[in-house]
Amino acid sequence: MSVLVYVESKGSTFAKAAWEVVSYGKKIAAQSGDKCIALIAGSAGDPGSLSEYGADDIICVSDTQLDDFDSGQHAALIAKIAKDESAHTVILSHSAKGKSLLGRVAVQLDAGCVSGVNSLPEQGDSFKVRKSVFSGKAIATYEINTPVRVISLMGNSVPPEKQTGEGNVSNREIELPARREKVVDRAIVSGKVPLPEAERVVSAGRGMKGPENWGIIEDLADVLNATTACSRPVADSGWRPHHEHVGQTGVAIRPNLYIAAGISGAIQHLAGVNNSKVIVVINKDPEAPFFKAADYGVVGDLFEVVPRLTAAVKKFKS
Amino acid sequence: MKLLVCISKTPETTAKISFNDNATEFNADGVQFIMNPYDEWYALVRAIELVESGGGSVTAINVGNATNDIIIRKALAIGADDAVRIDVEPASAMSVASEIAHYARGKGFDIVFTGKETIDYNGSEVGGMIAELLDLPYVSFASDLQISGDKKVLKREVEGGVEVIEIGGPLVVSAAKGMAEQRIPNMRGIMMAKRKPLEVIAPQNFKDQVKVVKYSLPKEKTGVKLVDPENMDELVRLLHEEAKVI
Ligand SMILES: Cc1cc2nc3c(=O)[nH]c(=O)nc-3n(C[C@H](O)[C@H](O)[C@H](O)COP(=O)(O)OP(=O)(O)OC[C@H]3O[C@@H](n4cnc5c(N)ncnc54)[C@H](O)[C@@H]3O)c2cc1C
Ligand SMILES: Nc1ncnc2c1ncn2[C@@H]1O[C@H](COP(=O)(O)O)[C@@H](O)[C@H]1O
Repeated sequence: MSVLVYVESKGSTFAKAAWEVVSYGKKIAAQSGDKCIALIAGSAGDPGSLSEYGADDIICVSDTQLDDFDSGQHAALIAKIAKDESAHTVILSHSAKGKSLLGRVAVQLDAGCVSGVNSLPEQGDSFKVRKSVFSGKAIATYEINTPVRVISLMGNSVPPEKQTGEGNVSNREIELPARREKVVDRAIVSGKVPLPEAERVVSAGRGMKGPENWGIIEDLADVLNATTACSRPVADSGWRPHHEHVGQTGVAIRPNLYIAAGISGAIQHLAGVNNSKVIVVINKDPEAPFFKAADYGVVGDLFEVVPRLTAAVKKFKS
Repeated sequence: MKLLVCISKTPETTAKISFNDNATEFNADGVQFIMNPYDEWYALVRAIELVESGGGSVTAINVGNATNDIIIRKALAIGADDAVRIDVEPASAMSVASEIAHYARGKGFDIVFTGKETIDYNGSEVGGMIAELLDLPYVSFASDLQISGDKKVLKREVEGGVEVIEIGGPLVVSAAKGMAEQRIPNMRGIMMAKRKPLEVIAPQNFKDQVKVVKYSLPKEKTGVKLVDPENMDELVRLLHEEAKVI
């Protein structure tokens, strides 16, 4: 028996989520005394580096067809390897690819599945994992009753841990079903860390008055090496691009640090950000609801406070 | 084109979340339910637009009990042509997907739409399951869907960017923001919805493979620590020494 982990590449290296799932998979494998097998689909960086996070076996299926994502092909590949390796648990990242694959793989393996898991399985007779539900307003414990299960791991929830030990790297050829999802173009939005993966986020709302004032937010984000975000009305008015919109109907994020300036803290906004580890709120209205959800608050005019904070971070860094 | 739109029901976004029976069940007392925003604003509206410009029909489908008829009627009021409700309270994504796939199989739908996720359990599971059960391609988190000749051209949101995908035959798509603009049903739509067909179908009753055994509430914040707006050095110190995030 084994635990199979599907890792995602990012250019010539691995995405942070890859270290997380391998490390998580290793811990589950250790609970049942099984091997943790990492599966790399398509071209990737140094497969051996996955053993640093606990992969016992690393299987590379380096068919270049797999470089362009097709959910049917990738799901078939994962299911085939899971069967060949008698995996009792298959782990994906709760990423764009992971979300496209989870349901497909579960159907192929006749497996129970839970997406967006943020804890290790509870010790006990049955397989129980937790996830955040109702947009962060509650936590649910799920029990999976099938011999094989598929789960996707929420990013930034179980920190990866380094391990010692050598992994076996092997290559495998698999016959893939025909491609049906043809990738004809691709646009990368910015060089910055994408919001769902960002560890630090600086976000601003209608309190900014207009798009021309965003320089101070970008400056603060730059010194913190953070990604920028915004509230929904800001994106809806075209002040900022839509991919920056966080909240219930936008991107859900879980950075270590979330700084919100000129955002009132409506419940739908909080729904997308309340899994942040530390929240800093800058608002001139001491009654703004966001302060109730914040760890640190600054009551003041953001046009003065934000540049002052930027200067303070610069000073601290030098 | 023949289109199927999967619509689900979720608690209204500001609803207070509580549990009963030793925290094993969601307490629906006094909770307002709405159509899942992704299903309503993006999936359903885009499907209606496609039929408006190219002809065909939009069928809305829901797996659930009779209390869901209100949201199904709303889908009809917004512009779906007819609706189907599979009469079982769903307990897992797999049973929802299995019921829908069982219904859709062999009916020749060109596109099956879902929302990118339900805002209650945030699953993002049902669409991929339907695609696999019906052996169709699946584009998840699509922010754009155009028909160009006999091809469908979609934008799929991926980490840090978008991919443009082309698909020949039928497919399953999960709709994200950007695909369409919310439509408010008008009086005429609401009147017409009353006369549109809503077929209630007996379920297949698939076995559930997963279930929620317990709920809990997240740790409360201990309270905000206010920092003097003149003294941002102090905030940086706290973030470094106390919170350890910079
Ligand atoms: C179904 C539904 C889904 C929604 N989904 C989302 C979502 O995903 N994300 C989202 O963000 N919203 C969402 N909303 C909208 C949400 O309810 C709020 O309307 C929105 O978040 C408010 O944005 P804001 O905080 O930028 O603006 P406002 O609420 O207008 O707040 C602006 C704040 O800036 C402060 N301010 C003004 N000037 C200054 C200054 N000089 N210095 C410091 N502070 C200042 C004000 O005190 C105020 O608190 C949704 C709404 C609904 C109904
Ligand atoms: N009970 C249901 N009936 C019909 N469609 C559903 C149901 N539950 C979920 N869906 C569809 O599947 C999508 C994703 O749901 P989920 O996988 O639960 O996040 C939703 O946006 C709906 O389009």
